[in-house]
Amino acid sequence: MNRAIEANELTRRFGAFTAVDRISFDVRQGEVFGFLGANGAGKTTAIRMLTGLLTPSGGSARVAGHDVYTEGEKIKRSIGYMSQRFSLYEDLSPRENIRLYGGIYDLTAPEIRERTAAMLSRLGLESVGSRPVRELPVGWRQKLAFSVALLHRPSIVFLDEPTSGVDPVTRRQFWELIYEAAARGTSVLVTTHYMDEAEYCDRLSIMVAGRIAALGAPAELKQQHGTSSIDDLFVRLARPAVSEQPSRLAPPAQDKGESKGPA
Amino acid sequence: MSPLVALLRKETYHIRRDRRTLVVVLALPVVQVLLFGSAIRTDVDRVRLAIVDPAPDEATLELRNRFTATDTFRLVAVVPRASDLDPLFRTSQAQAGVVLPVGFAEDLAGRSPAPVQIIVDATDPNTGSVLRAYIEAVIRGYELEQVRLKADTTTIQIGATSRMRFNPTRESSNVFVPGLMAFVLTILASLMTAISLTREKETGTIEALLVSPLRPWSIILGKVLPYLAIGVVAAVAIIVEARLVFGVPLRGSAVLLIFEAVLFILASLALGILVSTRTYSQRVATMGAMLISMLPNILLSGFIFPIESMPLLLRVISQVVPGQWFVTIARGIMLKGVGLEYLWKETLVLGGIAVLLLAVSTRAFKARLG
Amino acid sequence: MRRVFFLAQAELLHVVRDRATLAQVFVIPMVQILILANAATFEIRDTRMWVVDLDRTVVSRGLVNRFAASGHFDIAGTTPSLDAANDALLRGETTLALVIPRDFETDVVRTRHANVELVVNAEKGAAAGLVQAYAATILGAYSAELARLRPSDFGAAGPAAAPRIDIRHRSRYNPTLNYQHYMVPGLLVALVTMIGTLLTAQNIAREKELGTLEQLNVTPITRGQFIAGKLLPFWLVGLIELALGLTLGVVVFDVPVRGSVPLLFGVAALYLLVALGIGLWISTIVDTQQQAMFVAFFIINIYMLMSGLFTPIDSMAPWAQTFAELNPVRHFVAISRAILIKGAGLADIGRPLTFLAVFAAVVLTSAVLQYRKRAA
Repeated sequence: MNRAIEANELTRRFGAFTAVDRISFDVRQGEVFGFLGANGAGKTTAIRMLTGLLTPSGGSARVAGHDVYTEGEKIKRSIGYMSQRFSLYEDLSPRENIRLYGGIYDLTAPEIRERTAAMLSRLGLESVGSRPVRELPVGWRQKLAFSVALLHRPSIVFLDEPTSGVDPVTRRQFWELIYEAAARGTSVLVTTHYMDEAEYCDRLSIMVAGRIAALGAPAELKQQHGTSSIDDLFVRLARPAVSEQPSRLAPPAQDKGESKGPA
Repeated sequence: MSPLVALLRKETYHIRRDRRTLVVVLALPVVQVLLFGSAIRTDVDRVRLAIVDPAPDEATLELRNRFTATDTFRLVAVVPRASDLDPLFRTSQAQAGVVLPVGFAEDLAGRSPAPVQIIVDATDPNTGSVLRAYIEAVIRGYELEQVRLKADTTTIQIGATSRMRFNPTRESSNVFVPGLMAFVLTILASLMTAISLTREKETGTIEALLVSPLRPWSIILGKVLPYLAIGVVAAVAIIVEARLVFGVPLRGSAVLLIFEAVLFILASLALGILVSTRTYSQRVATMGAMLISMLPNILLSGFIFPIESMPLLLRVISQVVPGQWFVTIARGIMLKGVGLEYLWKETLVLGGIAVLLLAVSTRAFKARLG
Repeated sequence: MRRVFFLAQAELLHVVRDRATLAQVFVIPMVQILILANAATFEIRDTRMWVVDLDRTVVSRGLVNRFAASGHFDIAGTTPSLDAANDALLRGETTLALVIPRDFETDVVRTRHANVELVVNAEKGAAAGLVQAYAATILGAYSAELARLRPSDFGAAGPAAAPRIDIRHRSRYNPTLNYQHYMVPGLLVALVTMIGTLLTAQNIAREKELGTLEQLNVTPITRGQFIAGKLLPFWLVGLIELALGLTLGVVVFDVPVRGSVPLLFGVAALYLLVALGIGLWISTIVDTQQQAMFVAFFIINIYMLMSGLFTPIDSMAPWAQTFAELNPVRHFVAISRAILIKGAGLADIGRPLTFLAVFAAVVLTSAVLQYRKRAA
């Protein structure tokens, strides 16, 4: 049975600070795997290691059958990524963004044409397909970014807080898209700090202070820990960590690559 | 505490927190003045000279020696034909050539004048003129000496003693460093405000400022004052550097100089604001600030090229360049040792430009958002 | 390879869409060249001078007339008071004060020697030297004229045969001493460099800040392809700017084109790689656009002021001249002037061309090596 993602004691340190502390988990093919945790728990760092953006400090991981240390570039062919920060080009139109990424992923011209048409139609963006992305409302932009991440039909897609700042209706629509992708056989690793979204996942892990505090299907976890919702479960797991180490909630700037400097 | 003071505190925190930029911003002017003060010169020496001497005799050899005896010239080649000079010019191996005639010594002894040709590479016409003058001086000096050797001649000699005022040794650094100060400060200042304002626009934090009780002119003032402080620190550092490293005199009042610098920096800061009111993009604002400040300040401020030499249109335009006024003032205070009694007009204009630019940029700022 | 074109296409769209940037890149440089081409000269024209003629004789007035007629000087004031002249110097109203002493004519007639005083405002440096040189020429010519024209006044047997050298001048490549021909190519290079380096540095720094860079790093695009895709559009823009500017120079200012245009553009293509590569390198060492701007500004400044564009390299201190060898702008400026004005060919520009080629290789290689898709 081939795992889409396998992580074993994966670790990342920034100086004295350990952002990701020996996490081990796996994601099966076609699974929707949730990565839950508070801000600063280490989710984004973990994703960046798995997508080849950050070198791990320790442990091992395989993504799409490739080793993250030695075969980083091969991994990139088989994965899609949607980062926390909106990363399409705002002054280009949806069509132009799609064309760019299509080209980068070596799709042929006919393929790009087909998939553009399909994507715009699925998202209802035909009328604004040629307007700059900056003119789209946030929800539509997020959906577009997600679809572009799937443009090249990767076997795995990483979504980092894709529904932040989005209204509930759009969030719903988003998860429909995620299910569609999973149904096609794409493995989805999605991070979120909306605990209600946890229920939508096949399995999930809860990260607290860089470690995995819980791992399993939502129903199992609720039963095991005797909580009625994942939200309660999270609060129970996270509270000690929160009161002990409040500083963990403010990760160092390197993690998120925020811009520094006088405003 | 008043909103303005709060804003000032915030700006100061921003500046202090970004160490890297702060260091760069303060070190930049100092390092630049150091580099350019040493490098920008118009002195002519070690001129690469080629001599065409088809038939060397004692006279040609003596004249050649005149050239090699000084530091002003460096003999790079002696060639037999004038056409040999061309390749030397094209590769810039030689800057000028002197073509000596066949039978030079005979001509000098006899009654006919000896034809000597000076060929300069006039690609750079400025250097070309100067080289011509220097080479001619050497040849005339040789000629005069030959004339004196023959006692029975009548010559009139009107000589001149020159006094170079305000810069007796004609140090290049005395000439350029005051102008450098203007150049370096103006770009720094306009860049700082341009980046600061557009940064807030791009990240959206400006909206928070706008819905606060702060009036637009307060926001502008809040942006300008901290950078004014930085600018003044930079200006003082440059003046100290000019004194200590280059020995540029400061014959007038240092306090007056700093006051004038404040006016100048204000004008430049306002320019940065003006440029950034029309755009939301950091790139456009900074490129705009740079494009407006760089070349005009190098070329039209009198920093390197004297304004009197320029055609009328440019002389008029240079009146609008704040750098031009500050260069005149700085040179006046540092080299001539004059004070307000001579510089009141320039000070008034500089102050006027600063006030005008601040007013215009505040208006433009209000208009964009109102 | 296709990837490079897709990326370049997207980049080009960015630039073309942004009207402000388009104006800055194409319009403003041309406008600046048009206006500023006339600025860069040290030529003395109608330099203001004051005359303090304490002698007021025929001979002294003759000298003053020679100054007035020379075309270099404009007599702005005459005064019997030395103090007034000094004051004029202080006030900046005059550059030169000619002081003719009281017994000038007497000295000339009796002893055949006389002295005047030139008080020059040396605050502006270069002008002072030229003023002195021109004044000396005028004095020399006047002396010779006096000797030739009025031998009887001087009680000698007439001008005897004296060794004379007849000097002729040739101003090679620029007989009319046209400084626009000199400045236009230089200004063009300066502007294209400024814009190219800045755009590249800022562009990538911005992507870092926004997060779009991360998105690219996650794709299989290689470092080389990324860099090529980023540089290509700006490279094209730079070449277009150069073409536009050159056309402008030829049409408006009659800038000569004595050498091979394909050669010039071939070198330009190489040079742009260096200029843009430096912008790229800058973007790899900074985190924010702001830092990119300041570092780029710093480097561009140094390049421009030490490139021989405005002040000659030959006048710099030896250490500065060595330093200037490391300045790609300097080499390209020299090459473009050589090709356009001196008609230089490939063989003539061998040395600076080699420097440029080496720079291109070094800069691009280090930019590629330094660019990391994965943070350590």
